[in-house]
Amino acid sequence: MQTVARAINWNRLDDDKDLEVWNRLTVNFWLPEKVPLSNDVQSWGTLRPAERELTIRVFTGLTLLDTVQNIVGAPSLMPDAITPHEEAVLSNIAFMEAVHARSYSSIFSTLCLTKEVDEAFRWAEENPHLQAKARLILEEYKAGADPLKRKIASVFLESFLFYSGFYLPMYWSSRAKLTNTADLIRLIIRDEAVHGYYVGYKFQRGLERVGEARRAELKDFAFSLMFELYDIEQRYTAELYDGIGLTEDVKAFLHYNANKALQNLGYEALFPAQVCEVNPAILAALSPDSENHDFFSGSGSSYVIGKAVATEDEDWDF
Amino acid sequence: MAGLAYYSSASGNTARFVARLGLPALRIPIAPAHPMPAIDAPFVLICPTYADGEGRGAVPKAVIRFLNDPRRRALLRGVIGAGNRNFGATYALAARVIADKCTVPILWRFELAGTDTDIQKVRAGLQHFRGLECLTV
Repeated sequence: MQTVARAINWNRLDDDKDLEVWNRLTVNFWLPEKVPLSNDVQSWGTLRPAERELTIRVFTGLTLLDTVQNIVGAPSLMPDAITPHEEAVLSNIAFMEAVHARSYSSIFSTLCLTKEVDEAFRWAEENPHLQAKARLILEEYKAGADPLKRKIASVFLESFLFYSGFYLPMYWSSRAKLTNTADLIRLIIRDEAVHGYYVGYKFQRGLERVGEARRAELKDFAFSLMFELYDIEQRYTAELYDGIGLTEDVKAFLHYNANKALQNLGYEALFPAQVCEVNPAILAALSPDSENHDFFSGSGSSYVIGKAVATEDEDWDF
Repeated sequence: MAGLAYYSSASGNTARFVARLGLPALRIPIAPAHPMPAIDAPFVLICPTYADGEGRGAVPKAVIRFLNDPRRRALLRGVIGAGNRNFGATYALAARVIADKCTVPILWRFELAGTDTDIQKVRAGLQHFRGLECLTV
């Protein structure tokens, strides 16, 4: 029997989320050329040699994960797509991962010596922790592997594994260093947040189609994969950050992001609140004004309910 | 205690937060065809954010429809925003837009489906908020 080739019709949606995420991703499209990285040249010169080596290594590690997601991860999710629009969204995700991987090379060519960068790429190939986490994820991306477990692996890469690396440019930015580089990394962080959210959402749609026993199996799998990855991440983190004394600070950030990755899959948090207290300077570098002003515990007299104004749909579009 | 209304898209993050809160809450329907919940007492709105990189479209369409009714808007006493700090300056932006538009306070903000700390803060806060929402009128 011949299969019919089908054209994608965006005017007939099976899942509104596909169009919502497509619109979000396409509006957010960017290229590294948009960021004036050369303004960081002077700042780069103020870093000590060990700090520079750390930064190049961290970015090389991130490049490796983006490469995996670009050439294996996102394409491997396509055959499992339930809607044609989902495949289109995944093709956007795959391409943006290529943009992310390419961006680190823009940072390198702007700030670093070729020799230092070549050394870091060699380091990435030989680093046991980096290789171990890539191997664990790639195992789930293999052809014939479980489609829902593949989504779990993808969400963990997008929403958890990147953060041991993302910490560093946020840290530099909080100390007014490499601020343009941090702007570029924030664009990557924004994209990865949408990717993790979307694949996690599709995972939850997939869960609705399976029975209790299978759901329990997937949840067990997700938590044990998280444990395995976390174990590698804490070693990787210690190896990178012990030298500048930031390991414990990075680990709080890892716990916080591990919980968010699990939430993207619809699961509850793994790490308790007391080990997730991220350095406020890092949170502020991620999102300015993101501290909660605890309105609840205020006196209640610091505000006045004003007269409500007349509103129309178009008033809200900003 | 003020009543609660919330919006949650198909991803269900805000719905999971509300379920863990364990307080009665009215859900604003996603589909335009479905009727809006009847609200006749002061309430707090819990609303996630869907902004693009420029902050456009932060408030979900269904929430705009809900708040475009002046009677409902007059009963709104505060807003709790959901979002993700990874979106930088647009984190929980919908709450800020609504707070500015309707001149009500942002009571709290949380990420995704919220943490246990968020649940405790909001539960305790809504108790405390009882009564306060009328003192300033």
